[in-house]
Amino acid sequence: MNNSKIRIAVAVLAIAVAGTAVAQSAADGAVKARKSHMQLYAFNLDQLGAMAKGEVEYNAETASTHADNLVAIASVSMAGYWPEGSAQGEVEGSRALPALWTSGEDVMTKVAALNEAVAGLSAAAGSDQAGLQTALGPVGEACGACHKAYRAPE
Amino acid sequence: MRRFLALILMLGLFGGVAFWFLTGPSRLPAETFAGLSGDAAAGEAVFWAGGCASCHSAEAAEGDARLVLSGGRRFPSDFGTFLAPNITPDPDQGIGSWSLADFGNAVMRGVSPAGAHYYPAFPYTTYAKAEPQDIADLWAYMQALPADPTPSLAHEVGFPFSIRRSVGGWKLLFFSNDYVLENAATPEIERGRYLAEALGHCGECHTPRGILGQLQTDRWLTGAPNPTGRGNIPNITPAELDWSDLDLISYFKTGFTPEFDVAGGHMAEVVQNLARLPDSDLAAITAYLRAVPAAE
Repeated sequence: MNNSKIRIAVAVLAIAVAGTAVAQSAADGAVKARKSHMQLYAFNLDQLGAMAKGEVEYNAETASTHADNLVAIASVSMAGYWPEGSAQGEVEGSRALPALWTSGEDVMTKVAALNEAVAGLSAAAGSDQAGLQTALGPVGEACGACHKAYRAPE
Repeated sequence: MRRFLALILMLGLFGGVAFWFLTGPSRLPAETFAGLSGDAAAGEAVFWAGGCASCHSAEAAEGDARLVLSGGRRFPSDFGTFLAPNITPDPDQGIGSWSLADFGNAVMRGVSPAGAHYYPAFPYTTYAKAEPQDIADLWAYMQALPADPTPSLAHEVGFPFSIRRSVGGWKLLFFSNDYVLENAATPEIERGRYLAEALGHCGECHTPRGILGQLQTDRWLTGAPNPTGRGNIPNITPAELDWSDLDLISYFKTGFTPEFDVAGGHMAEVVQNLARLPDSDLAAITAYLRAVPAAE
């Protein structure tokens, strides 16, 4: 093998490695974004849950604020969060099942159910503690429906 | 020599006859359901507490589709893969032609109307502790659910477990009507024990299994590998369950953990059932979980 052939081979290899690295870091970033998004849900739900359980005193204004936040978070499109190669086993930290990429219509149905549930929560959260408790149920069910179908066990 | 051979033959014959009798179906006493009439409204609560829909509805069924118990879900195990059958009121493919006694023997003894053993993937070993009135109510409720003509699929189980009579031997060894938590100190714990050990069958996933698939009751609810092959089902005895009562009840109702993650996998199915039970029942299950022995 002469020098120029070696150079070409090294260049091709370098591009291939770089390409994989770019794809890898895109998947990494997406997994981080997904988890951050979920963290925002969790923080606001935690504040609401503490009031629903009676761990902190119910406050209509605070409850409404956090419920409205959930509506805003749910309205953020997650469409770009799921690049190819970011399923469980393909990238560190991901628990997304491959079925997520092949069930578009069902995923959209479940997203719509979540939007409906948080809208219901937003309408009820400011009324009283009982209203808040009742409205949290459908939100939990909507979150669970997607995780049941598309998230692997740890 | 001929007498010896004859003796061996006799012993073999005797053993075979003994095996045949010992492993035969053991049905409920005929009078178990005498005079009972089912109340479908009460049966709905039994239905959710028993978790019937979690296994018998079609894969990925949600909403009202969870009331169509057409079967087909797959349950992998060390012994093969079990497929949930159709238990809708369809007279041909489902159980529409059964009597209450047929249903009771299936649910509480694991015996089909024709006298065959069911595999214990169907948790009749726990339903055996149910009150006959609850089973009569459940039967009334289930007869009013939608019928579906989907045929049941055969289990994918290899030899020797493919011989149903072997299940008779398994029952001889492991079928017990005794509660694991022997003493229920309060009526609330007693109710919780009924919900957790008789109807809800928590132990089927949360208790480790022995070499023949039997639950290791001396390690009750101490957690086990996930039968789907990935991850572990957690220990829910007081040794590791450090959630508050409020956290537990909230989890049963919404699926939210104290960190506001949500239940996934089969537990998400369980929460969909528990969410339909009254708060008093959820508090009773919580009290029961506080009362079971703490163990690693």
